[in-house]
Amino acid sequence: MKHATQSLLIRGGRVIDPLARMDAVMDVLLRDGQVAEIAPPNKIRAGAEEKIDAQGLIVAPGFIDLHVHLREPGQGYKETIASGTAAAAVGGFTSVCCMPNTTPVLDSPEWVTWVRQPQRGAVVNVFPIAAATQASKGAVLTDFRALQRTGAVAVTDDGKPVLSETTMRDALRASAEINFPVIQHAEDTRITQNCSMNEGPTSFRLGLRGMNVNSEAAIVDRDVQLAQQFNGARLHIAHLSTAASLTAVRRGKKNRARVTCEVTPHHLALTDADVRDYDTNFKMNPPLRSAEDREALLAAIADGTVDAVATDHAPHAQHEKIIEFERAAFGITGLETALGLVISVLSADHRLPLTRIVELFTSGPARVLDLRGRGTLLRGSHADVTIFDPKKRWTFDASKSRSKSHNTPFDGRQLTGKVVATIVGGKIIYRAV
Amino acid sequence: MSTSRPQSEKRSVARGSLLGIEDLPVSEINKLLLLARKMNPAKARPLLRGKRVLLLFYEASTRTRTSFEVAAQALGAETSLVISSGSSIEKGESLLDTAYTLRAVGADAIVVRHLNAGAPHLMASYLDIPVINAGDGMHEHPTQALLDAYTILKHKKKLTGLQVTILGDIYHSRVARSEIHLLSKAGAKLTLCGPPELLPEMATTLVKGLRISRSCEEAVRGADVVMILRVQRERLAGLKVSLPDYVSRYQMTMARLRMAKPDALLMHPGPIIRGLELTWDVADCPQSVIVEEVHNGVPLRMAVLARALGKAA
Ligand SMILES: [Zn+2]
Repeated sequence: MKHATQSLLIRGGRVIDPLARMDAVMDVLLRDGQVAEIAPPNKIRAGAEEKIDAQGLIVAPGFIDLHVHLREPGQGYKETIASGTAAAAVGGFTSVCCMPNTTPVLDSPEWVTWVRQPQRGAVVNVFPIAAATQASKGAVLTDFRALQRTGAVAVTDDGKPVLSETTMRDALRASAEINFPVIQHAEDTRITQNCSMNEGPTSFRLGLRGMNVNSEAAIVDRDVQLAQQFNGARLHIAHLSTAASLTAVRRGKKNRARVTCEVTPHHLALTDADVRDYDTNFKMNPPLRSAEDREALLAAIADGTVDAVATDHAPHAQHEKIIEFERAAFGITGLETALGLVISVLSADHRLPLTRIVELFTSGPARVLDLRGRGTLLRGSHADVTIFDPKKRWTFDASKSRSKSHNTPFDGRQLTGKVVATIVGGKIIYRAV
Repeated sequence: MSTSRPQSEKRSVARGSLLGIEDLPVSEINKLLLLARKMNPAKARPLLRGKRVLLLFYEASTRTRTSFEVAAQALGAETSLVISSGSSIEKGESLLDTAYTLRAVGADAIVVRHLNAGAPHLMASYLDIPVINAGDGMHEHPTQALLDAYTILKHKKKLTGLQVTILGDIYHSRVARSEIHLLSKAGAKLTLCGPPELLPEMATTLVKGLRISRSCEEAVRGADVVMILRVQRERLAGLKVSLPDYVSRYQMTMARLRMAKPDALLMHPGPIIRGLELTWDVADCPQSVIVEEVHNGVPLRMAVLARALGKAA
């Protein structure tokens, strides 16, 4: 990335860098796309072309979102790489990992290269995640090595889970060979056909077929066991949503398998009881779960089982959402509300320390996909910084979203915690007015 | 009628809509039941003269559709029927666009039957005319529950305290959900009966005080009303419930019906399948009010339409 400004000094903010075990008021100097220096206030001698006053604000490593649907190639009517990354910037994300369920499916080095081209107009770092199988059909593995070489950071068949045990075993074997993460959208789609929400009292009342929690947990359990068979295999569970899945992940971690997982802000903020009046903005996959599952996720965030918060930002056009609930597309947008939701739920309601929250957005996801030099402000790291006000109360207005789509259940929601500035490669790409 | 209002804008549900029993206050239920008593299909009352009622049916239906048609015409309204096959719906027109089209040709109310739960709610959230739910997926079928309450009240003094047993496929049944909401609101004591595949334990969360029984005999014993729900063969197959097994355990026979109170009513929302959920003689026994239910559908739906179009006086 080219920078108009070569150096930027962020003064007087509370720097929280979980990887560096830092939580102190510091000045941060960014120069030539890197973190040049961090020092107590007024100790940095070198001059800077531009300065930001961050007093009273948190200065964190740039946020990383492991799970974003940018919809290109082929689905630009929902979102483009340009519009999706603009929304990411508003949400404080300096890096996003985009999902391969595009048209065509992102299953070749050529398309991975295409996504990374500057013509796409990305304003934050985009790390493509490629398909695990050809056309995500679940049968033939893609060329992991070639995909890795062209810049894919992981493989997944998100939305179309790898159901075949043989295919998953082969994928994890390959993962171990070249140290390449396999991400699983854990859902036994053989038992979730025609289901549009979580199975429970609400689905029964609404007359909607419900997805049983075991449709997720059974796949997580199987994959964790498979991952343990190959020394070094890396398995990441996308948008984990049930208590039973956590049990499997904990077992894997205890057995030293390289198993990680992410949780979405909406699964922390809402339950299936919130699915009122067939509002399709509450329809996503995995679905909103029971209050007990939500409690289990909160506990797993607190005890460190969960590695990252990821939005599963899934923009859809109105004609795909303003239809019958059972026919509507799964998914909601989430980039701009993520931090506010997580702080509102975890900090305000559950008293989780800010350092842990920052970890879930930074060093946590960086570790999951091995994004070197990101998720931290250690000297020499990429100059990606997110500055936010953890106490700022604000109301989200979906009509002002930078995303092309406005399918969110959080329109009009009061949130605590707002991004003030987003810096990518030393350049301020977003500043709240 | 205004045509300038921007389309595709969410609004509050129009007065007079009937989307389900769950959100209908008891006072409204009582008002409708009372109003139905004043309706006489044989003596036309031109209450709704000049009004257009559009019947939008995405699913085949005989009794509900004709019952609404007869009810609307008995009140002097014009009716038009739109069915999904052979219309623009088949060409992929969305539910809302179809609804807007019907509104634009002058519908004053829309009666909708749809295979998806919540479809009437979607229409009602975007239309400025009343929407009446004639059955949505597995969700609700409010007029069926109302006409059944009306039928029960023709034979029993009140619903409060009545022992009502509902047998059969509860899980897939929109009728069941509406009946349970209505009878529970009215203070009846409800027992549900069926195999776990068709009646999951979760059903008890629908309203307070629901009892589940897996034994047909136990469920029927001492009942004032026995309501049988249709069981679809293809559903049993999908759930791996054997047909002979279902019949032997849950089919309503005269022997089982005798375990209920001597004056118990035998009800079924239809269509009935003799030999499956009930025997031939049960369907035609003196306690059976199956035909009467169909008959009562007309005055009840007259009441619903009169309320919808603001002529409930
Ligand atoms: Zn997914």
